[in-house]
Amino acid sequence: MSVAPADNLVTVTIDGVEVSVPKGTLIIRAAELAGVAIPRFCDHPLLEPVGACRQCLVEIPDAGNGRGFPKPQPSCTMTVADGMQVKSQQTSTQAAQAQRDVLELMLINHPLDCPICDKGGECPLQNQALEHGPGQSRYDGVKRTYVKPIELSPQLLLDRERCVLCARCTRFSEQISGDPLIGLLERGAKQQVGAWSDAPYNSYFSGNVVQICPVGALTSQAYRFSARPFDLVSTVTTCEHCAAGCQLRVDQRHYDVKRRQAGQDPSVNQEWSCDVGRFAFLSARGDDRLIRPLVRRDGQLQPASWPDAIDAVVAGLSRSQGRVGLQTGGRLTLETALSYARFARAVLGSDDIDFRARPQSEEEAQFLAAAVAGRSPDEAVSYADLERARRVVLVGFEPEDESPIVFLRLRQAVAQHGLQVQTMAPWLSPGARKLSAQLIATAPGAEAAGLAGLDGLDSDTVILAGERLATAPGALTALLTVTRASGAAWAWIPRRAGELAALAAGLLPGLLPGGRPLADAQARDQLTKSWGVETWPERPGRSAAEQFQAVLDGRLSALVLAGLELADLPDPALAAQALARADFVLSLEQRRSAVAELADVVLPVGLLEETSGSFIDWEQRSRPVAQVIDRPRSGLTEIRLLAVLSDALGSDLGWRDAAGAAAAWVGLPAWTGPRSPAPAVPAAPSAPAAAEADLRLATWRELIDDSRRLDRADQLAASARPVAARLAPATAARLGLAQAPQIELSGPAGSARFDLVLDSSLVEGVLWAPWRAPGRSLAACGLTPGGLVSVSSGGDR
Amino acid sequence: MTLAQTQPLVPVLTANWGQERSWKLDSYVAQGGYAALRQALGRTPADVMAEVKDAQLRGRGGAGFPTGLKWSFVPQDNPNPKYLVVNGDESEPGTCKDIPLLMASPHTLVEGVIISSYAIGAHTAFIYIRGEVLHPIRRVRQAVEEAYAAGYLGSDILGSGFDLDVIVHAGAGAYICGEETALLNSLEGRRGQPRLRPPFPAVAGLYASPTVINNVESIASVPSIIARGKDWFTAMGTEKSKGFTIYSLSGHVAHPGQYEAPLGLTMARLLELAGGVRAGHQLKFFTPGGSSTPILTAEHLDTALDYEGLAQVGTMLGTKAMQVFDETTSVVRTTLRWVEFYKHESCGKCTPCREGTWWLVQLLHKLEAGQGQDGDVDKLLSVCDSITGKTFCTLAEGAVACVTSAVRHFRSEFEIGYTTPAWEHLPYAASALFPIESEGGRA
Repeated sequence: MSVAPADNLVTVTIDGVEVSVPKGTLIIRAAELAGVAIPRFCDHPLLEPVGACRQCLVEIPDAGNGRGFPKPQPSCTMTVADGMQVKSQQTSTQAAQAQRDVLELMLINHPLDCPICDKGGECPLQNQALEHGPGQSRYDGVKRTYVKPIELSPQLLLDRERCVLCARCTRFSEQISGDPLIGLLERGAKQQVGAWSDAPYNSYFSGNVVQICPVGALTSQAYRFSARPFDLVSTVTTCEHCAAGCQLRVDQRHYDVKRRQAGQDPSVNQEWSCDVGRFAFLSARGDDRLIRPLVRRDGQLQPASWPDAIDAVVAGLSRSQGRVGLQTGGRLTLETALSYARFARAVLGSDDIDFRARPQSEEEAQFLAAAVAGRSPDEAVSYADLERARRVVLVGFEPEDESPIVFLRLRQAVAQHGLQVQTMAPWLSPGARKLSAQLIATAPGAEAAGLAGLDGLDSDTVILAGERLATAPGALTALLTVTRASGAAWAWIPRRAGELAALAAGLLPGLLPGGRPLADAQARDQLTKSWGVETWPERPGRSAAEQFQAVLDGRLSALVLAGLELADLPDPALAAQALARADFVLSLEQRRSAVAELADVVLPVGLLEETSGSFIDWEQRSRPVAQVIDRPRSGLTEIRLLAVLSDALGSDLGWRDAAGAAAAWVGLPAWTGPRSPAPAVPAAPSAPAAAEADLRLATWRELIDDSRRLDRADQLAASARPVAARLAPATAARLGLAQAPQIELSGPAGSARFDLVLDSSLVEGVLWAPWRAPGRSLAACGLTPGGLVSVSSGGDR
Repeated sequence: MTLAQTQPLVPVLTANWGQERSWKLDSYVAQGGYAALRQALGRTPADVMAEVKDAQLRGRGGAGFPTGLKWSFVPQDNPNPKYLVVNGDESEPGTCKDIPLLMASPHTLVEGVIISSYAIGAHTAFIYIRGEVLHPIRRVRQAVEEAYAAGYLGSDILGSGFDLDVIVHAGAGAYICGEETALLNSLEGRRGQPRLRPPFPAVAGLYASPTVINNVESIASVPSIIARGKDWFTAMGTEKSKGFTIYSLSGHVAHPGQYEAPLGLTMARLLELAGGVRAGHQLKFFTPGGSSTPILTAEHLDTALDYEGLAQVGTMLGTKAMQVFDETTSVVRTTLRWVEFYKHESCGKCTPCREGTWWLVQLLHKLEAGQGQDGDVDKLLSVCDSITGKTFCTLAEGAVACVTSAVRHFRSEFEIGYTTPAWEHLPYAASALFPIESEGGRA
């Protein structure tokens, strides 16, 4: 936190304690600094003051001008003045009486159903009633009652009679997330929170209102009635769902996670989380959770003992000596990623290793190895930098869908600091609109030219690049070129939580841990000395996409896949073909998947909540992962498993747990030698002329789609955006689709039907559709982001 | 000796109310209407503002804040447009002065709006009228149309180069929208709930721009001040409460209605003008300025009805609405009706008002029904104590004021509610001025 210059400070006395705070500080905040806790309900440090609950009244005998206020004043709306004297309930009978009075009034219509209320035990109202309240009610009238509960969304329920009308939820939805889908209705004692009758409160951030509700009025279907706060064991950890790095507080009871809430990390997620981070933790609770190894015998996967399974792996991998490819996906912690990196290169002797289970390119691999892997946090952009920036340009990046907390921080910077956001995209998405972003209309694939054409870049500009730029030839090259030339800062923000850690660990062909190029003898030597590994593969290996092709060509014979989903891959059909063809396939996974059906051995791995380690967020900031459940259902952690396999293969992984991997990582000196060469891919020439009905496909994954991580979180899945494809009205008219309620998108491998929405912000000739949606996958149709798609009328709904 | 005692009635705003079709432009002009506008446009805006300031006109909406001073708070260097907003959300029980004026002589207000806008440099003015009073809204809309047609509104008014547009806006039925910041919210299409201050409307009001909000009667008084001068105006009234005003009398008086007189008149004189309390009855209590001003009794008949005089006896001039109640009236019942109004009109934003009025109504219901318990009157006062001084705006102060003042003057009558229903103690039919529908069999 920066320190305000002294001339901007005012000194106030609160309960006899002098405190100097920046001008404009609210009394209640200054009191916190003075160690005085003033009761409050509506006040929230990240929301605009409202002064509604009147619980925080204090006495002000001197407003700084020698005169005091005759009546108690709300400390949550009044700012400090130099020389002001404030007396809280601790030193003022007037303030204490005022607070008792307000609390008594607050309680007359409160149901006092604490024994059956989810908030009971962690309720600010309950706590303050016990601490400051009158103890006994003088109210013997009729309490206000409502039909309970009402559904604000499939996930959120509102028990209106518990509500103290602090307006935290409605202010959050309007001021923070920009989804003003709930509001205050009616007036007087009938005032209540409500949602539109035709638009439920489906926001990516809706769960935050449950957490900031100071009473039990707002509850989630996911947690309601499932535990008592005092029975829960809380662990502070990091969310595994995206690269934003949110701190989470995970609550478990009887080795079962019951609830996840946003942790408080002012420099990262402040006090917020997205609904996926909050509610998507049930996916491995189903019957498909693997707890025993499976070995294919007579064509069938059958449960096997650990020794048998390990024997089968040793046999399979030994047969394919030197011809094994590894793909790890983007979900691993740094420690697990390091273990795979070492397992591949030092145990299997293979550099055919890639973490990318998504559309990718050689240019991207070069970019990541040259500029992202081994980037120090000092060089990288941080959340605070986003707030300091004058201008942020989003390129191939949709923050609300792909890194929701980045979206919230951008939105805050727009509101509070006048940040200007520009989005280089084919249309003005809902998220971009909420950022008041200016659209730099760009067809997919044309980002390289777009970047080269950006005016006025300077050191107050930040360019945020998304992983989709892998599919725009020349874009990542241009990103490095224009930022180097202009001094603009940049960051690459992938969707998955483990991608930065995978890069740090070297899960990319030709890339050793810490950003070391494999081709550099000194880099290999340094690693050899530090880790005691004698030999490293000499030539760079194959990318994920190349590995599948190499299996089909007979150049690779075995694949090790660490929790990959076929459906996530850019070409699922090719991958399935390769898996079927490979001599040996080992899958390490938590839940039985489509890969398992093609694997020879399936080894169960633990859930993230059963292990510890760290992620690296998009800012290159290390984020600790703590073990939440200390009784894993599957016997071995992923690292232990790799160590055991190494032993069985007659080698040594070098460590056997996360702590060992972390020590090996910390022991590595920082790499100061040359990096891999930066990419030098020219911008794509203008797109080839397309047939009449062919359009350029713009696409990304929405935050809530048909991902398996959402399994068993049905209410969360129900809050997904309506699935629809989008066209500019002119494009639709040209294709005769202007009146079509639905359209059919076709690629070489299939077609998918979508509702059609006409959106005048779309670039002519471009179609946008979500990459995945329930029952629909553009990858399965053989389509590629930025490629061509043919469109026809989908007929009636 | 004040003017008030020698010359009780001074029809200014009400002067033309008896004219044939007084609300039409030609009738108004025939009475000298819009002459003040021509005069004002011939002077500088600063000069007009100074005239109003020097006339010591005080806000007629209740608080009595000096109008000219309020105008001078508008920062003239602010790059945003400046707005004049006229508060015509007259909704207080007992108050009935703006709406008759809007009915009878809407052009008086329109002329005032033009002159006032000219003085503060506003080019858009809004007249916000209580939504329930459809007829006056139509009259004002027609008057605005007539004024446009006659060149009193629009661009280059009367060749002066001054432009002004006037928008007449109907409220949606909330008393709280008479509170100026809630009115601004309502005008902007938001919930009618008061805003945090600062920023004050003069700096950041409507659409975050400098805004002056004045009561209908205040703005309607401006043309007469311009036409006849500050000396004429300050010759009326008392030392700190200058000029004339409209008192509205209702209830148990022989001739209820609007009485325009200089400030500082006594209630005794006013009652005399209205023919006294209805025949055969005596005054029991009255409100000096609508239901939110603490009630007074016969002992206050000689108090001067101006801002200072009423403050001295612990109440307020408010909207100068005298609701008169004779000895047949149950003060418990009256208080309950008033508090029910405040409960119904509480916007719900802050806890003490929302919950406190809810509780007061329940306590008063018990006392009215003779079901009170020993100590309930003290509880009533204690709940009032819990509310007062802690609310976001002053709406609940009105609810508290009518309860505490009623208990102060008539405590024993409330205590009768421990044993006897109010309708038995003082049968309601006796206080009715005209036959009323049965109130749950209690009438």
